[in-house]
Amino acid sequence: MPLSKRIIPCLDVDNGRVVKGINFLGVKDAGDPIELAKKYSDQGADELVFLDITASKQDREIMKNIVRKVASVIDIPFTVGGGIKTLSHAREILLNGADKVSINTASVENPKLVTDLMKIFGRQCVVVAIDVKRNFRVGDQHGVKSDVDNNFYFEVMIYGGSKGTGIDAIQWAKKVEELGAGEILLTSIDADGTKNGYDIELTNTICNSVRIPVIASGGCGSSEHMFEVFDKTDVDAVLAASIFHYDKLTLGKVKTYLADKGIKTRL
Amino acid sequence: MTKIAIFDFGAGNLFNLHQSILRNGVHDVDIVRTLEELKKYDGLVLPGVGNFDSAISSIRKDAVSLNTAIDSGMPILGICLGLEMLFYRSEEGFLDGLKVLEGDVLMLPKKKVKVPHIGWNNLRIIKSESNLLKGIPQDSWVYFVHSYHIEPEDENLITAITDYGSNLPVVIERSNLFGTQFHPEKSGKIGSQIMKNFLNICEKTE
Repeated sequence: MPLSKRIIPCLDVDNGRVVKGINFLGVKDAGDPIELAKKYSDQGADELVFLDITASKQDREIMKNIVRKVASVIDIPFTVGGGIKTLSHAREILLNGADKVSINTASVENPKLVTDLMKIFGRQCVVVAIDVKRNFRVGDQHGVKSDVDNNFYFEVMIYGGSKGTGIDAIQWAKKVEELGAGEILLTSIDADGTKNGYDIELTNTICNSVRIPVIASGGCGSSEHMFEVFDKTDVDAVLAASIFHYDKLTLGKVKTYLADKGIKTRL
Repeated sequence: MTKIAIFDFGAGNLFNLHQSILRNGVHDVDIVRTLEELKKYDGLVLPGVGNFDSAISSIRKDAVSLNTAIDSGMPILGICLGLEMLFYRSEEGFLDGLKVLEGDVLMLPKKKVKVPHIGWNNLRIIKSESNLLKGIPQDSWVYFVHSYHIEPEDENLITAITDYGSNLPVVIERSNLFGTQFHPEKSGKIGSQIMKNFLNICEKTE
């Protein structure tokens, strides 16, 4: 397939600023969302994702303004997620210039929202984010996997990874495809924050279960990690946050590295 | 001064397209719900959001105005769905298309490729004299989001194709009529150049 693999910087937005948690101890200010969006877009980002990490009612108004401003300065697609629970909230974000909305907890609690969004705005606007963690208490209904000496299943987590659902991620991925998701944003909670690389096993399992594009997230600490997940799975895109903040790495460098290794990227 | 109209199918987000035209140098842009006063404008954009039947229903009443504009030589750019509705019919809907261009709109082959076709793909330019693609290098990356594709009867209309399971026609041109299956307003610097080319054509025919 000649589609390019997409590199997607993710910006966590809190009260109008881009922030990044450092080793779970606190959040550090990483900059102005509009400036960063423009910078990443100019550097060759294929898409951007904004996650509203507080998603309070007051924050919703701030986010709406950020979406409008971002939409007027960049000419690449962008997705907004974080705390979207209703059709009217999703509509507000889309009408202010976002190309897609990402739905996480709400897709589990109210699956109809995915279908409603698909019917009104089209499948391409609907990203379902699935947060996944290995659970070693396996029931009959789960797709059983095993590592060296333990059986486990991939469990769907909600509320920012804090609450288990008992739902098997493989079945859930197939279900959201049926419901109307246009893409899956797949985050491995086991890998998230480790900077040891993407969760290859999880990514492979989900990519092999659905026909819609999958974006891998969680665990990226270097360009090598991006190469690894593109090389070993059929994933369509990767999400990375902290490696692009503070100019540790630029999109140009990452893409040149991947292209040299034979991965099709948009340079 | 160049004045552009964007037709609103009532289906959603025109903010991006509007911003893209502003960014690319035309500051007089109206979003219109009817084509009755099309004479006031130097160019028309049919946007690429919504679904086939509802878009057709919203523009059907203006079919005569649209045809008059086409005959008058007004530059018209159809983007994605805005291009698809110019054809005879679409597998996405039950209603007839606008029948400006001969041919149909078909679903992408689900068995062969992931549908929707979402992402950046290469443009293979097959007609170097294309006005819309002036200055665009071969194999440029453009951004696609679609589940259906056009199949024009007259292959001479096609100025560029893209490989996605098969060679899809993705840019068409017939004198003042232009269409792209991808989204120039979301295609980075290349898309911005294509927008500028269209706006230049509008300016010249002003």
